[in-house]
Amino acid sequence: MQSQILHFPAKEAMIIGQQTGDRTISNRLADTADSLQGAAERSNALDSGHRACQGCGEALGARHAIDTALDTTDGELVVVNATGCLEVFSTPYPQSAWRTPWIHSLFGNAAAVASGVAQSFRIQGKENVRVIAQGGDGGTTDIGMGCLSGMFERNEDVLYICYNNEAYMNTGVQRSSQTPGAARTATTMPVGEHPGNRFGTGKSVPKIAMAHGIPYVATANIANPRDLEAKVRKAMSIRGARYIEVFVPCPLGWGTASCDTIKVARQALNCGLTPLYEAEYGEITAVNKIAPSETVGAYLKSQRRFAHVFKRGNEHQLEAIQAIADANIRAFDLVESK
Amino acid sequence: MLKQIDGSYAVGEAVALCRPQVVSCYPITPQTHIVESLGKLVKSGELADCSFMNMESEFGAMSACIGSSAAGSRTYTATSSQGMLFMSEAVYNASGMGLPIVMTVGNRAVGSPINIWNDHSDAMSVRDAGWIQLFVENNQQAIDVHIQAFRLAESLGLPVMVNMDGFILTHAYVRVDMPEQEQVDKFLPVFKPFQKLDPQSPITMGALVGPEAFTEVRMLAHSRMERALELIPAQAEEFANIFGRNAGGLVQKHYDDETGVEAETVLVTMGSVIGTAKEVITEMREMGESVNAVTLRTYRPFPAQALREAVIGAKRVVVLEKSFTPGMGGIVYQDVLAALNGTGIEVQSVIAGLGGRPVTRKSIRTLFAGCDERSNGHGFEVLDLDNTTMDRELAREASVLDRII
Ligand SMILES: Cc1ncc(C[n+]2csc(CCOP(=O)(O)OP(=O)(O)O)c2C)c(N)n1
Ligand code: SF4
Ligand SMILES: [Mg+2]
Repeated sequence: MQSQILHFPAKEAMIIGQQTGDRTISNRLADTADSLQGAAERSNALDSGHRACQGCGEALGARHAIDTALDTTDGELVVVNATGCLEVFSTPYPQSAWRTPWIHSLFGNAAAVASGVAQSFRIQGKENVRVIAQGGDGGTTDIGMGCLSGMFERNEDVLYICYNNEAYMNTGVQRSSQTPGAARTATTMPVGEHPGNRFGTGKSVPKIAMAHGIPYVATANIANPRDLEAKVRKAMSIRGARYIEVFVPCPLGWGTASCDTIKVARQALNCGLTPLYEAEYGEITAVNKIAPSETVGAYLKSQRRFAHVFKRGNEHQLEAIQAIADANIRAFDLVESK
Repeated sequence: MLKQIDGSYAVGEAVALCRPQVVSCYPITPQTHIVESLGKLVKSGELADCSFMNMESEFGAMSACIGSSAAGSRTYTATSSQGMLFMSEAVYNASGMGLPIVMTVGNRAVGSPINIWNDHSDAMSVRDAGWIQLFVENNQQAIDVHIQAFRLAESLGLPVMVNMDGFILTHAYVRVDMPEQEQVDKFLPVFKPFQKLDPQSPITMGALVGPEAFTEVRMLAHSRMERALELIPAQAEEFANIFGRNAGGLVQKHYDDETGVEAETVLVTMGSVIGTAKEVITEMREMGESVNAVTLRTYRPFPAQALREAVIGAKRVVVLEKSFTPGMGGIVYQDVLAALNGTGIEVQSVIAGLGGRPVTRKSIRTLFAGCDERSNGHGFEVLDLDNTTMDRELAREASVLDRII
């Protein structure tokens, strides 16, 4: 109770003189800023000094998403965070990297806490204050699934953002329902006849969200921050329950170089493993086309968690993952027809 | 206003008089009628400016309370038994963040075996969660203590649990005096949170606290509990001045002894069982027996000092309780024992009323006559234990378990 941390409102915390050097991500090739992240007047929702690993995709995704939401709401935003890396690295008492009102309660209840926050503001007549809940794939798609489904079904006025790094990273890289087949985690080691994670049926929470018929669902990938920005903007223009799942590589858990986060994310995007789409009221309304410039093999090769896939005798694993990418390409008609 | 009304509906009306802004609910017997009644009051517009949330689980219900309270709304929910256990992670979280949520517990046993009837196992399961735990003796107190609970929670920055015996109180139709709205408004000011989620002055709530500060945070929680020990009687007194009724407070001594001639034996209980106990004790006192009764109306914080003052001069204190920890015995007993340590008063432990077994006048008479001596060997006694069943089942267990050894 006494561990609450006070800080400045986000709007008073404008970036002065671009001290965080953001042109690197969003505007590498542009002379002038063409996205919020490249703009000098953007707020800084997640401030520098937090303790994420170098190259953490989740930190990047969260900053892009929450900065955008702050911009669309003119700072009238409250963020509810599930337990996980994002929470731990951003708020070690007595420090906080957040420039928004922010609350962390538990691992599996962010959607329900956010529902309560939204109802609280509604009844106080402060409908201008918007609510975002966010968490990792474990907190969202496993332990938080009941609360999330309840939030969707009641159509609470909350945008839930899931940062999917395909495992429980904060506790040391264990398997989640989002961990892909063959991937090595601390609980799916590359030993035995079927090294790494088993190939299950998969679990698409965006599709589960769509099945609730909520107003807006989207998938995003940190390799395309402008697209993420646009989707958060779109989501914030809508009332009711909304869900965005962002694909965010984790250098530590995946065994990738810190400098390669965007590259790896782009490989996943361009081989068809992370289809980007939007859906409204349960119907897909837009799909981002890809130019399949990357192979599944190249994507897997850049990550140590898949190293065993390239050993003799495990060819079937590469084939199985390739089959998933191919199925995505067919199902979402991902490839631009010439 | 006098009314003949079901205990749950009485509590629903009393809570509505407190003008909660968010009520979250999830059904579980015997608490359900309370939130049902509130849902109806919200729908009919009698309880205005209130969001009534039908949640997907008790875990969700308490979590929604956390969000709602953190965003600055007066917040209420209710649960029982398995529901309490299902929400328990969030129960700890609410108190850790100092959120003044009020929750009614329609006290019920915890399974397995599943059992919907009354005892205090659910309240005891979250005894250490950092919530203020109040126990009421009858339905009038249930009404009155809920009104005090909101005031207490909000003036301390701590959540408050109002415990009322499931079925015995929640389902009892009795006549109660329902307070007037003006009286309640006079006693309970508009909620002004100490801190809240507010874009105009952002705070971070629920940060990660390491070894360098965690102990201090816990001790600060304890200091709020100590404040509660002063606030609870003060607010009960203020309540009595406005409403003209004795309700709430730390402990209640039920008979005035002549000063200097304190009763030899004092029965200590919590909740509604005092109703039956008093019928027996009144008879006994008329027969010239030296007996008194004290109820713990506040269980957390434990009112050690007030209890000592209430029983001082007695030779023997008998703790009659509806809670039990296998491998140890009475739970409230341990608190009483610690509180009376050094006073020279003998403290005895009696377990009764588990899983809804009625605690009758006859059982309480047995208690004073000296229970079945067989159960003495445990360090506690059990009222109305069926020894035939116990003998048969113990023999059967022995035949199986001894073989394994
Ligand atoms: C009820 C509960 N179970 C387990 C944990 C331990 N725990 C904390 S964070 C975490 C993993 C988080 O994984 P994810 O949600 O994917 O977020 P990430 O760290 O990967 O960003 C786990 C298992 C907990 N805090 N609470
Ligand atoms: S372990 Fe992964 S998700 Fe966690 S901070 Fe490091 S890079 Fe980010
Ligand atoms: Mg994860």
